[in-house]
Amino acid sequence: MTQIAVTVNGTRREADVEPRTLLVYFLREQLGLTGTNVGCDTSSCGACTVHLDGESVKSCTLLAVQADGREVTTIEALAGADGTLHPLQDAFHRHHGLQCGYCTPGMLMAAASYLKENPAPTEAEVRESLEGNLCRCTGYQNIVESILDAAGQMSGAKA
Amino acid sequence: MATTEQYVGRPILRKEDAKLIAGQGTFIDNQSMAGMVWMELVRPPYVHAKVDSIDVSKASSMPGVIGVFTAADLDSAFPAGLPMVWPITEDIKIPTHWPLTKDVIRFAGDAVAVVVAESRAQAEDATEEVAVRATELPAVLDLEEAAKDEVVLHEDLGTNVVVHWSHGGAGDQAIFESAPVVVHERYTQPRLIPNAIEARGCLAYGIPAAGEYTLVSATQIPHIARVGLSIATGIPQTKLRIIAPDVGGGFGSKLNIYAEEALALALARHLGRPVKWIEDRQENYVATIHGRGVLHDCTLAGTEDGKILGLKFVELADMGAYFQLLTPGIPELGGWVYMGPYDVEAYSYEFTGIMTNATPTDAYRGAGRPEATYVIERLVDAFARRIGKDPAQVRRMNLHPPHADAQTSIMGLNVDSANYEPTFDRALELAEYDQMRKEQAARRESGDVRQIGIGLSSYIEMCGLAPSEILGALRYVAGGWDAAEIECRPFGKVVVRTGTSPHGQGHETSWSQIVADGLGVTPDDVEVLHGDTAVSRLGMDTYGSRSAAVGGEALRQAVEKVKEKARIIAAHELEVSEDDLEWTDGAFRVRGAPDKARTIPDLATSAWQAHSLPQGVEPMLEGTAVYDPPNFTWPAGTHVCVVEVDTETGQTDVLRYVAVDDCGVVINPMIVDGQVQGGVAQGIAEALYEEAVYDESGNLMTSSMTQYLIPSAMEIPGMILDRTETPSTTNALGVKGIAEAGTIASPPAVINAVVDALSHLGVTEMGKPASPERVWRAIQGATDGGAS
Repeated sequence: MTQIAVTVNGTRREADVEPRTLLVYFLREQLGLTGTNVGCDTSSCGACTVHLDGESVKSCTLLAVQADGREVTTIEALAGADGTLHPLQDAFHRHHGLQCGYCTPGMLMAAASYLKENPAPTEAEVRESLEGNLCRCTGYQNIVESILDAAGQMSGAKA
Repeated sequence: MATTEQYVGRPILRKEDAKLIAGQGTFIDNQSMAGMVWMELVRPPYVHAKVDSIDVSKASSMPGVIGVFTAADLDSAFPAGLPMVWPITEDIKIPTHWPLTKDVIRFAGDAVAVVVAESRAQAEDATEEVAVRATELPAVLDLEEAAKDEVVLHEDLGTNVVVHWSHGGAGDQAIFESAPVVVHERYTQPRLIPNAIEARGCLAYGIPAAGEYTLVSATQIPHIARVGLSIATGIPQTKLRIIAPDVGGGFGSKLNIYAEEALALALARHLGRPVKWIEDRQENYVATIHGRGVLHDCTLAGTEDGKILGLKFVELADMGAYFQLLTPGIPELGGWVYMGPYDVEAYSYEFTGIMTNATPTDAYRGAGRPEATYVIERLVDAFARRIGKDPAQVRRMNLHPPHADAQTSIMGLNVDSANYEPTFDRALELAEYDQMRKEQAARRESGDVRQIGIGLSSYIEMCGLAPSEILGALRYVAGGWDAAEIECRPFGKVVVRTGTSPHGQGHETSWSQIVADGLGVTPDDVEVLHGDTAVSRLGMDTYGSRSAAVGGEALRQAVEKVKEKARIIAAHELEVSEDDLEWTDGAFRVRGAPDKARTIPDLATSAWQAHSLPQGVEPMLEGTAVYDPPNFTWPAGTHVCVVEVDTETGQTDVLRYVAVDDCGVVINPMIVDGQVQGGVAQGIAEALYEEAVYDESGNLMTSSMTQYLIPSAMEIPGMILDRTETPSTTNALGVKGIAEAGTIASPPAVINAVVDALSHLGVTEMGKPASPERVWRAIQGATDGGAS
């Protein structure tokens, strides 16, 4: 067992983990944060995307020990503390950007980090940014529209 | 809240979303219980082998291991094997399918033992230490090889050729010899892996002393699973509850009863502890059903001017190593749509089902109908090329004439309604078909490296599964009805219990729209409960684009029953006769005195209070309907795909995709569009990227998502969608179904486009998927052939 300390969704969490424990299982099973889903185990589908120090990562590819001393944000902390939806969550709802909802937390986290990098993307750029996130239900069209809409909302809010 | 607003037909935002966008879905892997243990299966690395011995001693003593069980250990746990419910012919040969194989490993997913441990990792570690000695047998995966029976999978059956089903044919069969133009083609469709982004999983628990058990499972079919798992485990249906929590996609892959579900229940009973199993992706690729895997010999009889006279198809279908729930019935489902939307004089279809050393096949989005549509639509293009006519022109001149009422088709079933020409014309208009042909001609003229191809696909599908009487005649074990219960709570809220089991289709929202319109309340007043056999008692679940056409219509009928009772109470309270009441503006109103009125919330409160009900009227305002559809529903449409093919690299890009569908009356256009977009994406994936590839020894080479190419947002284009609306005559809602249309229509549209892009180079055939390598080889083959 290895002791780690990770700041998860703003709270410092200390835990003993097996060195082989993947970050996603640490989040899901040890911390009970089950919003982050596992889809493939080969870092292909992106369902498990979270933020590590603000950057999106696939939490099935990282060991929990690699998050030691760092900050992790999961889908559970995407909305405001008062429950206000993140503009991306709101846009996914308004544009029917989800069907079964299993890839959705990963899509939202990937998009949230991408929009920080590129606040005013083109459609082609949004599509490119989603290359590592697979959805089997929507055909992506409404996901792309949701992200473009959210980008507009977020830049409007800033202006 | 009583309201007069209309909701059906509007893009009402989904009620399902709130929890899913917050990461609060109830997916199976998010569920755990006190005392829970984990199950992992031992699947040795063979595709065909005789098991000589299994030594569990080392695994049993591993840390955290509670037990290791082989088929022999669980012999008494399973009074019957896993169910197959569609023995389509009298002489079909059905292999016994035990949850753990007893003697021979017949495919890579065939498990020989199961490990139970305190943690998933401990269970997984222990599976590595189960020592299986086996004698490898030759494996057979090729359909025509397997049909020779040199290697036989099930010795007791004596053959791999387990079923032959013939439609019987209709019309003058001599035409396939005598017609002025006879086109023969052979088309292969590889196996596909469904790839719901959530793999399977289940959690079984119970009260052993009471003999009561619950299985929470990522399934599309809790109601059917209750019956099937009761038979497999011997737990009476009265003591068995199945719950489908939020399910992360299905596409048919969770329309089944699997070994792991039976094992989890048996072990929960044996150990007295909750048992959980979660499938990993590599396991999913071998242990969850595959789709397609068929080979067709096709004949089209026609005239020089483009009339299609007859269509004939002979199919070999890969069943895999066992039958799963519906395996032999899947090709037959396609067997009723091989005429497509065309008006033909002669029809013939038959198929032979063959066992191979691979994962069982079963329903994958479209189930038989995509396979059928692919070959008809490829064949129509081949016919058009042969006679030198435009494929759009050939299709249009052969479309079946419209009919508003049900009419018997050449294949013998009644098509509920049809009006194909407006749909077809609209698709060509949106695709700018003539403009695209000009662009194509210009690129050919200039010898552009990047050539354009235009592909069409017109389809008809059989949905709304299914009229029970016809299912009986087709030897399906169960009925095809569905059910809905409505319970009006006092003060205005309405609880609906539906027999459908959605997993992304948005029934909570659409069903609320139906009830809101019927009862004069808002969708937010309606709570739709589903997916739990203890909550929604009656149902036949979700698959085959049946939910709106059968479950939705059942709900509409339940609404009518509620209103019948409500009218009696309203008449009593308003002191008028029932005939003096009319339902207008969301309430029962006295004719001529519309202010004298009672809304459903008023009447629900009265019925709950029961202080002053008319004589003989029971308390509570509720209604239940069990609806058996009198016919199938028959959606149709035309899709057009424009591709650009790089003739130097073989790379294909979809430039434009147009889908015009007719699914009858639309309840929620936003959800319908979403179903089309997702379905088309899956079909484009099938056409250009996806294929289960095996090596010569039968090992799956595309064994994870890193090798099996699921397209991303980079590859799937935005789509141009439109609809026509020809109401179904099968149900009063007028709905037909939409969830499979995109997957049915799109593969031939894409492949026809690829062939069309290259036909001037001499390319006439293209397999699925049209990968850059396959396209490049086809170009080389055609141009080499031309040079020699």
